[in-house]
Amino acid sequence: MIGSFLAGLLAGSIHAGTPLLYATLGEAVEERAGIINLGLEGVMLMGAVVGFITTVQTGSAAVGVLAAALAGGLFNMIFGFLVITRRANQLASGLALMFCGVGLSALLGASYIGSRIHGLNEIRIPFLSGLPVIGPTFFNYDILVYLVVPISVFIWWVFFRTRWGLSLRAVGENPTAAFAAGKNPHRLQYQALFIAGILGGIAGAHLSLALAKTWAEWMTAGRGFIAVALVIFSKWHPLRAIAGALLFGGAISLQLQLQARGVPVSSFLLDMLPYILSLAVLAAWGGRRRHAAPASLGRVFQGTE
Amino acid sequence: MRIKISSIELKLLAILASLALVLGISLPEANAQPKLKVGILHIGSVTDAGYNQAHAEGAQVMKKNLPNVEVISVENVPEGADAERVMENMAKQGAKLIIPASFGYLDPALKVAKKYPDVKFVHPGGYKRAPNLGTYWASTPEAFYLMGIAAGRTTKTNKMGYVVALPISFFLGNINAFHLGVQSVNPKAETRVVFTGTFLDPGKEATAANALLDQGVDVLGVIVDSPITVVQAAEKRGAYSIGYHYIGAQKFAPKGWISGIAFTWGELYTRFAMQVMDGTWKSEALLGNLASDYLTIAPFSSAVPADAVKLVNAAKQDFISGKKHVFAGPIKDNKGVERVKAGEVWPLENLGKMGWLVEGVIGQPN
Repeated sequence: MIGSFLAGLLAGSIHAGTPLLYATLGEAVEERAGIINLGLEGVMLMGAVVGFITTVQTGSAAVGVLAAALAGGLFNMIFGFLVITRRANQLASGLALMFCGVGLSALLGASYIGSRIHGLNEIRIPFLSGLPVIGPTFFNYDILVYLVVPISVFIWWVFFRTRWGLSLRAVGENPTAAFAAGKNPHRLQYQALFIAGILGGIAGAHLSLALAKTWAEWMTAGRGFIAVALVIFSKWHPLRAIAGALLFGGAISLQLQLQARGVPVSSFLLDMLPYILSLAVLAAWGGRRRHAAPASLGRVFQGTE
Repeated sequence: MRIKISSIELKLLAILASLALVLGISLPEANAQPKLKVGILHIGSVTDAGYNQAHAEGAQVMKKNLPNVEVISVENVPEGADAERVMENMAKQGAKLIIPASFGYLDPALKVAKKYPDVKFVHPGGYKRAPNLGTYWASTPEAFYLMGIAAGRTTKTNKMGYVVALPISFFLGNINAFHLGVQSVNPKAETRVVFTGTFLDPGKEATAANALLDQGVDVLGVIVDSPITVVQAAEKRGAYSIGYHYIGAQKFAPKGWISGIAFTWGELYTRFAMQVMDGTWKSEALLGNLASDYLTIAPFSSAVPADAVKLVNAAKQDFISGKKHVFAGPIKDNKGVERVKAGEVWPLENLGKMGWLVEGVIGQPN
């Protein structure tokens, strides 16, 4: 009884947590470079809609995911132009990007609402998914779920074990020093934004191609903002982001599972659960989060002219 | 031979020519003038296979029935000041009938109705009226009861599930009616309800549907703006599904579809338009039922046993004739409180006051 509840809970949290994790990783990459992007929601929506449209047109969800990644990356380049080249305020530009993404995705997706797609298939790993309890829980997902943890590890490795990652972090901490050391802060930031856009686009694609297998306006329903919070929550660290996304996805899944089990708590209160849980964790382990942020987050290198 | 034209004849020719031009342009135009302009506002997209599409298709049917009607349609209008602006715009364009197709458009519509007393408004699901604003809706509990009969006879696990947006009284009433229908043919069965907290969030709806399926539910129903996600989720895991709002939702569940409740507003909208055109329209609170042509039960699939279909049709006739009532007592709620005494009936007009869930439904009404 308890076993099946936990299994269902875990499965639900992995499903709900995957788009959150992709989005959080993307935001972490750009924030490590010193840029805060409140418009991640818009990037995710562009990924979701382009992925959906491409899948409808080509019949292949794999092509859809690639298209979504590209769309997210390119959409984030608009943000990059605004905040890096034109030096616009990052918070305001991010919000503008979000609204733009909401509207543009709604416009593009309007004639595709109600379309049927096969979506991303679940991949059953031959022996492992047959295992009694853990089989269906851990080994019965689409490819994006399987890839998200390796991608997190890869991003951790890039941040902390490669030159490029070091340069990126340097730009986020002190772009002037990085420039003096011979790096090109603007170029690095553009690169970071492109990667972040790709990850955000994939997050959106997972929603529309795997989890819900449909397109609806603003279907991210605030997940982009949750990702921005999760980045802070996980102290800008890709591996801790896994825990954060799983926790939040788990809370979403938990409140719905509790309702399905008939727990005598109001659905309104249960709906608050993910947010209360996040607040509780922050209160318990808040500590030195403020000092964990990249020192130059929110500021863009002005150049030498 | 040269033809001599004097200046007077020239002027006469010019006048005649211009008269002919003016008449030539205006006469065909007078024939092409639509006899009625109808404006319709949608809260979402008209391709949502749900609430909005049902209204939009109603307008299409009306246009097909009455070729001299012109429809002005605007999608994605937020509630509030934007809705007011759009409706005023329609009135200025000459619309004489406006359909604000969302519950939240009621107050904006009342404001605009006051300003334009010669424009008629019909609002779906509203609870306030004006001399030029009437309301309409189809009472759904009886239809949900019929779905319950079909589901109760088709289920193999005796567990039903409903994914619902919010615990508002109309939805609670629908779930109660569904469960009473299930119980009438399958006393052991239970119905579980999960509220997503919002009218449209496909991610949450998918997670909620899976949570219910994890509990052993094998019939999934849905009350959100678009039934697509839940119906697909049921189909993916081999469960049965019951659609809502839009009659075409069956294509998302070719194997597991039981039936569905759909709103088919076309003939009703046609009647509204005709009444406005011949001046017989009056403001009323229209509440349809199973006998109305705007509440449609979708065709049953082959998964539903033949005897269940017979029971459904019999119950339908009993509801229409008044022999049978959905909420006939004694009825206890799922906290043990008696809500309807033996021999009494909770009238469908009071559905707005139903803040409880019937015994046997697993879920929280508030």
